[in-house]
Amino acid sequence: MPVVKRLALILATLWLTAQTALAAGGGGELIVIVADSRKLTGIMAWWANLYNESHLYFMLLTVVLIPLIGVIFGVIADFIMHFIGIDLSSRELAEH
Amino acid sequence: MDWLYVLMPIAGVKIFWPGLIILGIGVGVIGGFFGMGGAWMVTPGLNILGFPMAFAIGTDIAHMAGKSLISTMRHGKFGNVDYKLGCIMIVGTVAGFEVGAQMIMWLEKLGAVDRVVRWLYLVLLALIAWMVFADVAKRLRKEREAKMAGKELDKLATGLEWHKTFHKIKIPPMVHLKTAGIYCSAWLPIGVSFFTGWLAGILGIGGGLIRMPALIYLVGCPTHVAVGTDLFEVMISGLYGAGTYTYKGRTELVAAIIMLVGASVGAQIGSVATKYIKGYGIRIAFGLAVVGCFVSVLLKLIPVYYPAVNQICDVSATVLILGLVTALSIYITVKMVQGAQREVAAKKAKV
Repeated sequence: MPVVKRLALILATLWLTAQTALAAGGGGELIVIVADSRKLTGIMAWWANLYNESHLYFMLLTVVLIPLIGVIFGVIADFIMHFIGIDLSSRELAEH
Repeated sequence: MDWLYVLMPIAGVKIFWPGLIILGIGVGVIGGFFGMGGAWMVTPGLNILGFPMAFAIGTDIAHMAGKSLISTMRHGKFGNVDYKLGCIMIVGTVAGFEVGAQMIMWLEKLGAVDRVVRWLYLVLLALIAWMVFADVAKRLRKEREAKMAGKELDKLATGLEWHKTFHKIKIPPMVHLKTAGIYCSAWLPIGVSFFTGWLAGILGIGGGLIRMPALIYLVGCPTHVAVGTDLFEVMISGLYGAGTYTYKGRTELVAAIIMLVGASVGAQIGSVATKYIKGYGIRIAFGLAVVGCFVSVLLKLIPVYYPAVNQICDVSATVLILGLVTALSIYITVKMVQGAQREVAAKKAKV
């Protein structure tokens, strides 16, 4: 059997295992939490309203913002460390 | 002093924001150094700062995804991330995690799930701590024996070598993991990730604490590659977790961003410190962190049998975890600064 087919078979098996397990689960109703935007202004109020209006958009924005902020901070830190003089491109191999 | 507090738009509580930054730095340092998310350290910290439990986990996972991304970028530049191994393991981790989570729901229906999980966690932590220190002791013994024989021990020599037995399993497809320097059956990383994912799902943790030693002792990764690859895994699972928790309305992004400010600095310190601390130094520090985690879980378990000591145990567990985070962060930071100073001085001497 070619490697690609074998890998596809493995993936499908694992996926089905997870799906079967998921199908077995029950679970009660989720408690809905509503953000109180009355005390907020500006971007904070907009953010709280977005949360109340659509958890889907709120989720999408969170999932995009988190890595974006991570990359921005990472690049800034890169710049600072290069400025200090730390070699970021290699390290000597220590023991196992 | 009102400016030191920020109102969380979703949770509706006022939080001391410098506390979030300090917590972010501490967890960033430890996470970047050991290759784990550090949920077991963050949750009590967020609780102390006044976060409702419902938001503590989601916020922790959201910041963990960003922090792990920063650490993975850094470790990737050092050549510590085996992306092929990471991708293979994601499949097993996700499937294992879902099976574990469903098993918990099934156990819940039977009752006494909390006690079973805590005891299982305790046994697992004891096993990991034993594994780490048995490995260190065995390597020291090898070193002594080599010295007595007038030889020098190979720098790449290890104590426990279970991975060599696992590498003998030749069930196809075989994979060559270049960065980790491993040639093994693809079923080994899939099996290990499924097992660690399943345990993480049952215990309700991210899994870095289990996956990092599993990568070393079962898959046979060098310590640095285990740290880097594990962070890659934490980043993917963190992003997935952030998505699901946010969709359920349990993430406070403002807090996660404030924590990320500290964690981005901490993650850099922790990741760069692995450049200056040798593999076995990382393993020993990791072993100590596991022992600390073991004691804190034990302190949470005692009140189940002796409710009278509930408050003392609770306070002790929190103090222990925060003390451990502080001590380890200071140790790693000092080592990183010393190493960087040596490197900069050596560069200047060359010029």
